[in-house]
Amino acid sequence: MDAFYIITVSTLIAISCGILGCFLILRKMAMVGDAISHAVLPGIVLAYFITGTRDSIWMIVGAGMLGIFTTFLIEFFHKKARLQTDAAIGVTFTWLFALGIILISVFAGQVDLDQDCVLYGEIAYVPIDLWITESGQNYGPRALHVSYIVLILIVLFVRVGFKQLYLTTFDPAFAATVGISVSLWNYLLMGAVSMTTVASFDSVGAILVVALLVAPPATAYLLTDKFKYMLIITCIIAVIISFFGYYLAVYLDGSIAGAIVTVAGILFMLAFLFSPSNGIVFKRYLQKKEAAKLSQEPAQ
Amino acid sequence: MDTFFEFFSFSDPSIVAVVIGSILLTASSAVVGTFTFLRKKALVGDAVAHAVLPGICLAFILSGTKNPFFLIIGAFVTGWLSLVLIDNITTRSKIKEDSAIAIILSVFFGIGILMLTHIQHSGNASQTGLDSFLFGKAAALVGKDLITFGIVAVILMVTVSLFFKELKLIAFDMNYAKSLGLPVKAIDLLLTTLTVLAVVTGIQAVGVILMAAMLITPAAAARFWTNDVKTMTIIAATMGAISGLIGAYVSYVAPAMPTGPWIVMIISAVALLSFFIAPKRGIISRAVDQRKLQYQIMDENLLKALFHLGEKNDDTYKGRTAEEIIEKRHFPKARLMSSLKRLKREGFLKKKNGLWAFTEAGRIKGQRVVKLHRLWELYLSKYVKIAADHVHEDAETIEHIITPEIEAELERMLEYPEMDPHEERIPY
Repeated sequence: MDAFYIITVSTLIAISCGILGCFLILRKMAMVGDAISHAVLPGIVLAYFITGTRDSIWMIVGAGMLGIFTTFLIEFFHKKARLQTDAAIGVTFTWLFALGIILISVFAGQVDLDQDCVLYGEIAYVPIDLWITESGQNYGPRALHVSYIVLILIVLFVRVGFKQLYLTTFDPAFAATVGISVSLWNYLLMGAVSMTTVASFDSVGAILVVALLVAPPATAYLLTDKFKYMLIITCIIAVIISFFGYYLAVYLDGSIAGAIVTVAGILFMLAFLFSPSNGIVFKRYLQKKEAAKLSQEPAQ
Repeated sequence: MDTFFEFFSFSDPSIVAVVIGSILLTASSAVVGTFTFLRKKALVGDAVAHAVLPGICLAFILSGTKNPFFLIIGAFVTGWLSLVLIDNITTRSKIKEDSAIAIILSVFFGIGILMLTHIQHSGNASQTGLDSFLFGKAAALVGKDLITFGIVAVILMVTVSLFFKELKLIAFDMNYAKSLGLPVKAIDLLLTTLTVLAVVTGIQAVGVILMAAMLITPAAAARFWTNDVKTMTIIAATMGAISGLIGAYVSYVAPAMPTGPWIVMIISAVALLSFFIAPKRGIISRAVDQRKLQYQIMDENLLKALFHLGEKNDDTYKGRTAEEIIEKRHFPKARLMSSLKRLKREGFLKKKNGLWAFTEAGRIKGQRVVKLHRLWELYLSKYVKIAADHVHEDAETIEHIITPEIEAELERMLEYPEMDPHEERIPY
């Protein structure tokens, strides 16, 4: 039963991250996602400290706002200080992340958080951390509830705003001419990314969530050229990496989140090498065949 | 306060070691970071920093010791591998660079975490302290480690100063460097190697996760103070060294605190300050310049409007109400009033019975703007062959920018013309 809970939670998280990640990588904003996932840390620590609990709606809201603030700060440094984008991202998130780590050390003992948890989460504790009401009713693991609620919210968000997200991703100029605010949807997407990051934080930690945001969508991207299929394949990959990741971790007696990411990396490498449409092995084979065909043709 | 003097009197030899170590590490990564920053590859450093973790763990598993020499080799191998992979993924598939960096960064780190937790759970007693590579621990720099890391840091700085010119060239203009016959690929490889080395040494002080900051932030901050690469490198190194010194102090005072985040906080504060207050490029100074330019344009337009008003009936020095001016050309009332007051203060206008009139200096200035405007219109229609009804907009902008030298040149080229394309007199 424990394994079932852990795999289910990580699958749900990976699907939420993957759906958003599809938009991120197509917008060439993967590193902004990385920055946000680091930068929400001080928000999480402060929310822990102020409210004293983990499952507070304020924490998600607070960290969501911090994510939007990060996006704003990156834009601000880029536009107002004319700092190149990569440096603007680098400066912003390292600073906020450092602040978060310092806050953890300062509040050590008062906050149920440590550096390990930040790094790779505590998904192994999912089955222990139960949601029990005051009347003693047991509703099962709390993380399970958080993760499916987040997934429902993300699916709703993408479903309702699909047209806008799709257009602002693929053709921002056209989106602007038909009256869709590109920057509004950018901020909404980043807000969604930060909320998902916060919700996944307990389970996979701040850094490995990046892998869930980027690796499955990138793998899917190598396997198909259609956006809809890319979303579906991403979800399938989410299931696969959660399942095999869990058992790899059990086998090696290591971090589950680390193992899930390792499997995601392996899948990406496989797609990179052997994807029927984009893999480099297949491309090389096609090139050879083409070359052979050309050399066989009689010279005119 | 006692600890402060104890630390900064450097009486304890172990403090000296820690201080020298942290300064060397942070300064050398700042130096290398300057070039990755200029090549716009700042985030690649982030990927390398995360990617050294599995290398360190692997080296530990294979060698069974925490000998820094082995760990550096392990870190070097995976750090290098990560760069090769990023390069391959971007060139050989449709994955863009940002996604490639994010994937390699997180996956390598994930593998590293898996290995690290595996080592920790294996109960091997010598593994304790391996996780200080995650967030850095400057105070852990002692004797042997210091020598190893110190040597690498010195090698880094010497290499950069030896190949300074080449590195500078490929950072700015790859194609030009190629056309000069420089071995561009080899230099790029050198920079890559230096980046990996910088990361490998810096992690002892800052840790793998925040190492990116040591590469990016000092360079980004230094960029705001100078346009010269050599100066920029020196400023970046100094800023890095200062943050390293303070980081070492924090590490000494509060051993429970991870050093890395403090070093990063300090260097980030320096950078933020630079972004705002640096002369010329800083946000504040830029805003001030912009405001000044806005005022200048507003004032010149106002003087021009006054001059136009006087042209009709040849009563240039007649006093006029603000309403009259607005009728001639629409200015927002508040801005008009502040501009009028400013011009009065500067002696270009005077106010009599609520009427505004030119002084001699004001008339000359207004006349010059009108002249430049019409000269430029004539130039555009005569030399660039733009239709007379299309030249106004362009002249409206350029009239505020033309220098006396260009003014003289225009007059000479157009042979002191009488009329502009709209048959209006050009005033001299």
